[in-house]
Amino acid sequence: MAARTAPLDLLALDSLLSQEEIAMRDLVRRLVDQQVRPHVARWFEDGRTPTRDLAKQFGAVGLLGMHLQGYGCAGASAVSYGLACMELEAGDSGSRSLVSVQGSLAMYGIWAYGSEAQKQRWLPDMAVGDAIGCFGLTEPDHGSDPASMKTRAERNGDGWVLRGTKMWITNAPVADVAVVWARTDDGVRGFVVPMDSEGVTANEIHHKLSLRASSTGEIVLDEVRLPGDALLPEARGLKAPLSCLTEARYGIAWGALGAARDCLDTAIAYACEREQFGRPIAGFQLTQAKLADMAVELQKGFLLALHLGRLADSVGLRPEQVSIAKLNNVREALAIARQCRTILGANGISLEYPVLRHANNLESVLTYEGTSEIHQLVIGQELTGVSAFT
Amino acid sequence: MKIVVLVKQVPDSGAERNLRSDDSTVDRDSANNVINEMDEYAIEEALKLREAHGGEVTILTMGPERAAESIRKALSMGPDKAVHVLDDALHGSCALATSKVLAAALKTLEPDLVIAGAESTDARGQVLPHMLAERLGAAALTGARKLTVDGATLTIERQTEEGYEVVTASTPAVVSVWDTINEPRYPSFKGIMEAKKKPVQTLSLGDLGIDAGEVGFGGASTAVVEHARRPPRQGGTRVNDDGEGGVKLVEFLVSEKFV
Repeated sequence: MAARTAPLDLLALDSLLSQEEIAMRDLVRRLVDQQVRPHVARWFEDGRTPTRDLAKQFGAVGLLGMHLQGYGCAGASAVSYGLACMELEAGDSGSRSLVSVQGSLAMYGIWAYGSEAQKQRWLPDMAVGDAIGCFGLTEPDHGSDPASMKTRAERNGDGWVLRGTKMWITNAPVADVAVVWARTDDGVRGFVVPMDSEGVTANEIHHKLSLRASSTGEIVLDEVRLPGDALLPEARGLKAPLSCLTEARYGIAWGALGAARDCLDTAIAYACEREQFGRPIAGFQLTQAKLADMAVELQKGFLLALHLGRLADSVGLRPEQVSIAKLNNVREALAIARQCRTILGANGISLEYPVLRHANNLESVLTYEGTSEIHQLVIGQELTGVSAFT
Repeated sequence: MKIVVLVKQVPDSGAERNLRSDDSTVDRDSANNVINEMDEYAIEEALKLREAHGGEVTILTMGPERAAESIRKALSMGPDKAVHVLDDALHGSCALATSKVLAAALKTLEPDLVIAGAESTDARGQVLPHMLAERLGAAALTGARKLTVDGATLTIERQTEEGYEVVTASTPAVVSVWDTINEPRYPSFKGIMEAKKKPVQTLSLGDLGIDAGEVGFGGASTAVVEHARRPPRQGGTRVNDDGEGGVKLVEFLVSEKFV
């Protein structure tokens, strides 16, 4: 058998990256190979992940809030952050989710909308992984339509009282701090809520078939009294949490490609080894057609993500641009994961191989941070000038 | 404390490695070139000493132009600066000539302590730290699995096949380390970004006052006369268990001196 070319080397895509970007990518790849890959199947099977240990390891190299400036953050480029997300999710979507929620949702929310005191209090600890953050926007009855949220914050003297429930909150059961969004007389506002505040309960959500190597929870806010300085002073209206989501969706657009790449690498290696009808199944035309189509989609997704990254590092991103990449890359990654599973046959459903684990994870990634349908509506609104939301 | 860490760029030991057909040197063009694994432990040990005692850590590399990649990677772990000895005439240098060049470079740096990996994964000679100590008139504390520094007094545990020896010396010294000594840190994103700005001094043979004839193939004390790939492994011995399988297995293990 002649030498093989890795799917992302076909177009010499590394030639589009700087030495520094490659060095950062290689660092995360090595970290994932050594600290995530050997253990992740067990974490997934047990439904238990050492999130705190992982956060410390990720924090030590500067992965947490790596694209933010100051407050102990690395200040890396958007492209480097994207490449890091890709390598993390090649390990598991749960590891990438940890970094996305910490860096793009919780830390970014405080970094962009917090007071100087809030930033000083939380960001340096969160950057090194000593403090874990989560982000409370979604509610049991309000997912795609956060404007209808029930959680309320009411003035109480100089302070606030929060009441409500947040659902599907990554890292909530292990978090030290939550950025919580609530309705007030003054529209939707954000609050920095220490998780040990009286009246805050975080319940782990069990019985998941996806993102099992990630901690997911429900946050119950029962008459939670907060001081006046818990309010994020610069966040006014839904635009603020949606801007956090745009940050995170950007990382997801890259991350999903990592899961897809891991599936495709696995499927190609498997197809070259696995013999049926007296020869490796890699030699069958139907297998090659699948592999070729998947490699084409993976590379297109990479070019899209990289284009977005270069825009982010030069002129900045508009939300609908991020919607295009999130919609396409997660949808294609899930299709690739499922197709790879067919190449592995029965072995495809085993935790011995990463393929169905990735596919199951991507089912969550498909709908969290904006479902495919919501992203289609965002793009549709840009194309037509007509909003289909209201 | 001024510490110099010797870093060598080598072909990745996890991939296929070749010698060139024309001059029998390591084929670097076809290889994925990386920092010699043991050198990462040397860097980690130097960084730990700097954290505990203060001072400065300098990377010293002799190698072709592309070795600059490994220098940047080494700097991204945290050292302060680097020196790259770069000269086309060095191609084909033997260990003795290499030690002459590195010793000359070290004299310009005047370190209290030189730390090196105990061996490189390409040549695996383990001789260079000894040669350097001799040329510098410094103590040779080689093969360390543990290093402690108390002022100017250095103590190592030298790893041996049976156990370890405790060896003590004063600075200046050359210490070589095994991969049992520590767990090298990962570089950090900040380290990667800062590494670009750290000073890397390039020195030629002329800068070191060494004549080109003393190094390279012309100045080599040894030569590779011939090289060949190891023949592929033969199929192993198959033991069929007809009731005597266990006995036969033990006989095999005894014949190979495993038991």
